[in-house]
Amino acid sequence: MIVRILAEGQWEVSDDQLDALNRLDDEVEAAVESGDEATFARSMAALLDAVRTGGTPLPVDALKDSDLILPPADATLEEVRDLLTDEGLIPG
Amino acid sequence: MSLMKRISLIFRSKANKALDRAEDPRETLDYSYAKQIELLTKVRKGVADVATSRKRVELQATQMQRQSDKLTEQAQKALSLGREDLAREALTRKSGLTAQLQGLQEQQAQLQGEEEKLTLASQRLQAKVEAFRTRKETIKATYTAAEAQTRINEAFSGISEEMGDVGMAVQRAEDKTAQMQARAGAIDELISSGALDDASQLSGGDDITRELQAMSSQGDVEAELAALKAGSSGQQGALESGEATPGAEETTKQTHEEGSA
Repeated sequence: MIVRILAEGQWEVSDDQLDALNRLDDEVEAAVESGDEATFARSMAALLDAVRTGGTPLPVDALKDSDLILPPADATLEEVRDLLTDEGLIPG
Repeated sequence: MSLMKRISLIFRSKANKALDRAEDPRETLDYSYAKQIELLTKVRKGVADVATSRKRVELQATQMQRQSDKLTEQAQKALSLGREDLAREALTRKSGLTAQLQGLQEQQAQLQGEEEKLTLASQRLQAKVEAFRTRKETIKATYTAAEAQTRINEAFSGISEEMGDVGMAVQRAEDKTAQMQARAGAIDELISSGALDDASQLSGGDDITRELQAMSSQGDVEAELAALKAGSSGQQGALESGEATPGAEETTKQTHEEGSA
């Protein structure tokens, strides 16, 4: 699986790591929905860290679609919420 | 559905919309390449803009630091002349500047971070655009309609996603820089109007904030006043024991000149 962290790059993550990533992802998602800033910041940092440390970075000139995309590390809860709407942060 | 999946689907749907624009798939390749170059130019301009803002804030911080140093010197001179009231006034002004200076230093660090992020984004995009160009030329050279669409779709993978990513990074950096430029503009006006000499104009906020600031300033001023007194009594000790430096005489002379001016 290829995972992109926005504003950082792409990582190849093996399937056996997905369960752990999904658990953290659920936490982030729940925090975004409930507006819980503290949990959001904590689980988001843990999720990004799991990808960075558990994955292998893709070469910078690779032209591959990502299976999963994560918000930039400095994104606020509000920005992540916007990212999830079609009219959100992604230009074009 | 998971957050990561939702974001990737939104990116993909944007990329697909971009793909439908031309009838001849080869035109789509050229069109996309032109867009990539456009974005590359934009992100480089973004880097330059953020750097300009950072330098402006750095310059302001330097000016403010100079002003703050000047106030410390004035306080020392005032105290050496036995004018504790003047020393207190100078240190009060200085304490107003200190908060402002800290704000500028934080902004400077933030802008530096944005600049680094955009520089990396521009390097990543550059590498991908280069890879795309090579693949585009290969596809066009060996073009057969039957296989074109699949290969073109493959070529688009990743690059549209990268463009979405970089486009977003540029947008965010622009937004952040715009906010800071507004503040930098206000500070430039303060500096040029000479209002920085009057620290009372710098601290805004409501009554409570002002009172709290005044209280903390007061504490700072008393502490620094005490430190200066301790320092100058030490210096006096040195003078008495005959270890006076030419610098000390110089300071006293300057003080007198300024006092008479």
